[in-house]
Amino acid sequence: MTAIDGAHAVSPIADEEVWHLCLYIAGQSPKSLRAFANLTTLCEEHLAGRYEIEIIDLVEHPSLAQSDDIVAIPTLVRRLPAPLRKIIGDLSNTERALVGLRLQPGSSR
Amino acid sequence: MISARMGELPKAPTGISGLDEVTGGGLPRGRPTLVCGPAGCGKTLLAMEFLVRGITEFDEPGVFVAFEESAADLVANVASLGFDLARYEADGQLIVDHISVAGGELEETGDWDLDGLLLRLGAAIDTVGAKRVVLDTIETLFGAFSNTAVLRAELRRLFGWLKDRGVTAVITGERGDGSLTRYGIEEYVSDCVIVLDHRVTEQTSTRRLRILKYRGSLHGTNEYPFLIGESGVSVLPVTSHGLRHDVSSERVSTGVDRLDAMLGDGGVYKGSTVLVTGTAGTGKSTLAAQFCDATCRRGERALYFAFEESQAEIIRNMSSVGIHLKPWVDAGLLQFHCFRPSLLGLEAHLFAMQKSVGEFDPSVVVKDPVSDLLRVGSDADVSAMLTRQVDFLKTRGVTALFTSLNSAVQPTMADQHIASLVDTWILVKTMEGNGEHNRVVYVLKSRGMAHSNQIREFLLTGQGIELADVYVGPQGVLTGSARQAQEAQELSDGTARLEDLAQRRVNLERRREGVEAQTAALWREFEDEADSVRRLLSHDSTGVDDRAGQRAEQGRLRRADVAEPAYAAHGRDSDVGGS
Repeated sequence: MTAIDGAHAVSPIADEEVWHLCLYIAGQSPKSLRAFANLTTLCEEHLAGRYEIEIIDLVEHPSLAQSDDIVAIPTLVRRLPAPLRKIIGDLSNTERALVGLRLQPGSSR
Repeated sequence: MISARMGELPKAPTGISGLDEVTGGGLPRGRPTLVCGPAGCGKTLLAMEFLVRGITEFDEPGVFVAFEESAADLVANVASLGFDLARYEADGQLIVDHISVAGGELEETGDWDLDGLLLRLGAAIDTVGAKRVVLDTIETLFGAFSNTAVLRAELRRLFGWLKDRGVTAVITGERGDGSLTRYGIEEYVSDCVIVLDHRVTEQTSTRRLRILKYRGSLHGTNEYPFLIGESGVSVLPVTSHGLRHDVSSERVSTGVDRLDAMLGDGGVYKGSTVLVTGTAGTGKSTLAAQFCDATCRRGERALYFAFEESQAEIIRNMSSVGIHLKPWVDAGLLQFHCFRPSLLGLEAHLFAMQKSVGEFDPSVVVKDPVSDLLRVGSDADVSAMLTRQVDFLKTRGVTALFTSLNSAVQPTMADQHIASLVDTWILVKTMEGNGEHNRVVYVLKSRGMAHSNQIREFLLTGQGIELADVYVGPQGVLTGSARQAQEAQELSDGTARLEDLAQRRVNLERRREGVEAQTAALWREFEDEADSVRRLLSHDSTGVDDRAGQRAEQGRLRRADVAEPAYAAHGRDSDVGGS
């Protein structure tokens, strides 16, 4: 489990909430690595300075899958701001990822 | 559990009553089995019982992945069947994992796989050392993922992975339109497919189970009714009992002495099945009650299933013919189960019957009447159910008496079905004549007995059932008042003959007296004659002497020689007649 703190850049969304994101991965699989890379890029672009990413590796901690009902890998869970949202996939489709996270321009949440 | 026989698949016994018989030993070991059917057909319960029996009977821990119900709901739902999931979980033999995917479709942002599920499942399997896994109902995943192509590929991988892990898995699936499952997962689970069904016929629902496919194994191909009872799922295959029961040559009295005599040697065989058919009001129930009464008199237990009357009604009605059942009920020797057949489906009925027989352990079971069951199912269903029932009772050595109501004098088709099952078939019918109905009884068949071929009149008296001989005359069989008239006629004929004989005897006596009187008169006549002759003779001899004397006197006077009077001496000496 690792936490990465982003600390700079300006978000197009004008609220000061801190985003808490949780990425479930399975070891060092290509999909997992891709997902992590894509997520970091996305956060830097849109949530610079106010996001936290928690990485949960189910290979190491399979029992943690239970709390968020994780079936697919990779799954990204937006814990904060509420409500909880889940998107799956390696986040290579940025547009869909933004829609899933309610981060697309013009949308609040 | 790997079979020693070549080519035989290793199987994991389910422990579910009847299912192992139908599948020839259980589900394919180490492979996934698909259990599919419509909503509410009992898929989840069957799957859960597979796990629980695995834990309790075969020491095989299990993992239950619930995609639909929460773990708490599941625990509560199966608690009614006596499955204490919490205890098995605490003992480390079971994991119930609820995966909720109900939150709507997930946004897909790129490549994904089901590693989350696999890892999670793998961890659970490792935790308890599971040999059995249930995925209930995995098709729910299709509601969560829009990219079904990926999902299908992943499910295929999942089932492959389950095989690799060597766990025996049960996958449940909801039935779809025109296909076994809504999303066609039968494509991936192809080793064994069990189809459950839940049909309503004539307002009565019946659950059925069928093995659609079992790769590499023989299996029963029929649809088998199954029940969800108080102790879980019971599949009721007709064949499961087989015809292997022990037989007894011991006889059981029917309670009617002359009926026992008609059957030869004192009644029906112990453990045999007796069918009493007849039209309405012929005394079938009375015969059944008397049978129970006789059983209780011997100190044995009798179980009476009544579909038409309540216990109180039967007791009251039977006391009117002198059969008092109340004391037996009080003594715990007789038990009534009175309900309308439509209360339960056929299978539930069979199950209830088996349960109460198991609990009460009677030596005699009465079902009055089985024809009422026809209202619940078709002829074929009823006879299939009765077959299982008869087999069950025979296996336990319980003597059974079924009554069946005929609408016509001729046996119905259902009777014919039942008739081939039963060992003894007694027919009670009414005969019309002289403006009255009279009951007659005869033994239509009785396997292995030298039974009477005669018709007997069946009388309901104040002391129960009695049988009387019937008269066969030019007008046919005489019963009732015609029989009584015939009896009276024969009686009076007899009397007349007796009187005639007495008269003849008197006449003969009189004749003898007459003859004797005549004889006496003749004797008297003879005596009189003899007397007169004697008198005459004696008078004559006196005259001779006189005349001899006179002649001697004359001769003396004439001085003549005196001649010896020889004849006079002779006359004096001879006896003339008795005195």
